[in-house]
Amino acid sequence: MAVPTYATPLERVWHYAYLVICGLIFFFLIAPIVVIIPLSFNAEPYFTFTDRMLSFDPEGYSTRWYESLLTFGMQNPDTTGWAFWSDAWANANWIKAAKNSIIIGVCSTLLATVLGTLAALGLSRPEMPFRRAIMAILISPMIVPLIITATGMFFFYSNPCELLGLFGLPTNCGRLAGTYAGVILAHATLGIPFVIITVTATLVGFDQSLNRAAASLGANPRTTFFRVTMPLILPGVISGALFAFVTSFDEVVAVLFIAGPDQQTIPRQMWNGIREQISPAILAVATLLVIFSIGLLTTVELLRRRSERIRGVTPR
Amino acid sequence: MANALDPHAAVVATATGLTDGGLRTADGKPLARALARSQSLARRRAFLLVLPLLAFILITFVVPIGQMLQRSFYNDGFSAHMPALSQWFADNPRGTEPDDAAWTALATDLQASAEARTIGIVGTRINYDVPGTRSLFTSTGRQVRRGLEPPYQAALLDIDEEWGDPRLWSAMRDASTPLTSNFYLAAVDRTRADDGSVVQVEERQQVYVMLFMRTFWLSLVITFVTFVLGFPIAHLLATLPMRKSNMLMILVLLPFWTSLLVRTTSWMVLLQQQGVINDILVWMGVIGGSQRLQMIYNQTGTIIAMTHILLPFMILPLYSVMRTINPSYVRAARSLGATSWTAFRRVYFPQTLPGLGAGALLVFILAVGYYITPALVGGSSGQLISNMIAMHMTDTLNWSMAAALAALLLGAVLLLYWVYDRMVGIDNLKLG
Repeated sequence: MAVPTYATPLERVWHYAYLVICGLIFFFLIAPIVVIIPLSFNAEPYFTFTDRMLSFDPEGYSTRWYESLLTFGMQNPDTTGWAFWSDAWANANWIKAAKNSIIIGVCSTLLATVLGTLAALGLSRPEMPFRRAIMAILISPMIVPLIITATGMFFFYSNPCELLGLFGLPTNCGRLAGTYAGVILAHATLGIPFVIITVTATLVGFDQSLNRAAASLGANPRTTFFRVTMPLILPGVISGALFAFVTSFDEVVAVLFIAGPDQQTIPRQMWNGIREQISPAILAVATLLVIFSIGLLTTVELLRRRSERIRGVTPR
Repeated sequence: MANALDPHAAVVATATGLTDGGLRTADGKPLARALARSQSLARRRAFLLVLPLLAFILITFVVPIGQMLQRSFYNDGFSAHMPALSQWFADNPRGTEPDDAAWTALATDLQASAEARTIGIVGTRINYDVPGTRSLFTSTGRQVRRGLEPPYQAALLDIDEEWGDPRLWSAMRDASTPLTSNFYLAAVDRTRADDGSVVQVEERQQVYVMLFMRTFWLSLVITFVTFVLGFPIAHLLATLPMRKSNMLMILVLLPFWTSLLVRTTSWMVLLQQQGVINDILVWMGVIGGSQRLQMIYNQTGTIIAMTHILLPFMILPLYSVMRTINPSYVRAARSLGATSWTAFRRVYFPQTLPGLGAGALLVFILAVGYYITPALVGGSSGQLISNMIAMHMTDTLNWSMAAALAALLLGAVLLLYWVYDRMVGIDNLKLG
């Protein structure tokens, strides 16, 4: 975007001022995320740059907070070699939290993606009845404030069969609160809107005659789906799944309300860390999470471009 | 006419109005019925694909929220465990002085409830309306278990004089039916006087209306700030060549993909009194070392952090609308003599309104329900209504109150959601 030749001097000045303003806003967007990376290598337990860090003295930097992530919760952090790593794998709090986050994230993503993709296929058909209303219901978990969702789930998951009493059935069938299943179901619910949105967006440009062509060439519905539809919508499905995974991976309110002590996840652990005594170890976790999100962002961007290419939608 | 070789002839005939009602498909069925059947089959197939998810969302999301909302107007903590007294309240209109029958009913219910160890539930229910009465119920319960002799009025007043308090009796009357509007009244800082009329609570107890106002006000401020910051960025991204704008877009998307807790943490680090921003200001000599700014644990902290977190939700819809604006309109305005400001104000800006509306509504909806960020950086003056709901859920355990507040918040959000759907359409919601 260049200044047009007919611009007055004032407009030129304004143009450069505008670019500077934009630069500042970009700085506002990105600086808070970048700044924690060097701070996480601070040798002192401070949240600001020490003089030694600013003079690039290697003494001012250390990886002690990363080590503390590993050793926190370990039974015997002084061992070395195999014993150290097996102890860390079994006992370190952050590793346990990471394992929980991944288990819950993967299971809820699978559930959300399968159900969400099926529903998106239905919603994209022109014959779908009550399309708008159903879509509104399916997207609502994204819109309703998390605290309300979590509160509702807190009651429901403590006794999921309470409503069966209305039909005269037994009302006691165990709890979902404090179980992996409960958290997975809750996170699947929260991730579903993202799958619906991305997959229906992919299906907008989908040519239904491809399905008919496959059918006319003798493919049964299952073959048509897996050999024709699926490869075309796969980029959308994967980015929807990634959105769902991130939602679960980053979710703390529902976990606070329905998870038990066995389901500590990374965000829950961070939440505790921030509320109790915030130490630079939190920044070390934050740095790892930033690197993780850079990886995710790259994947999603590549998928989006690939999807646009194979669907023949050229970027504007 | 329909024949086996040319089944489409029938369709054409129907469409052009040449039908005589006797058209049949190739296998001899009436055409209209066959068509209706195939359409309803297609509808059913589409619906069957959606059905599993719809059922899932209804069971794990809609029903739980409904159940939770039910608590806001239905609380049988008193009526279920104090049946005789509830019956007396039903038989005698408001204003009746408690007579012997009432005291007897109260005594029998207290005894039964104390035996069944449900007296705590009863006390908790009344405690919501008259603070401090839970212990009255539990301590009286302990004493009546040892036996109580008539006349009950004297006996109970002997245990604790508070049993004669008309406010207590009024509260018990309110609680004697499980359906109650008291929690909603409390959520808008109203209460019932002894005679049953609705009055405002004392000034120092008026918190909820103020919190609702603050939530909406802060959300408005945040929406406005995201607009001011997001508009130039979206415009820049929309007018740059694709290659460059894709590069810069990453700077918008990276915060979007970064964990909420990470972003909140980094603002805590930056804004602290001993944090990076204060250090820089002191180093530059803008402020003295002793006058470090308090930028966190107050409304400023909430506004800064939430603006940063919600900014991508403003930029992305604005950007996708601005991409479609034809630059020649502005050029035409300029060539017709408009100054650049007039061209922007009268030609460019009105075309961005759909994106602006979508972004502003989305940011506002998300801001109104925010919980985590205010809880961590808000201090006491930056708390929003969500934090109050959480407090009632986890600290005071007044779940009915939490449900009533949640219902009001949910109502506001759903109203905005409906407006969003009307104006923008949910299908147009885009991510990244």
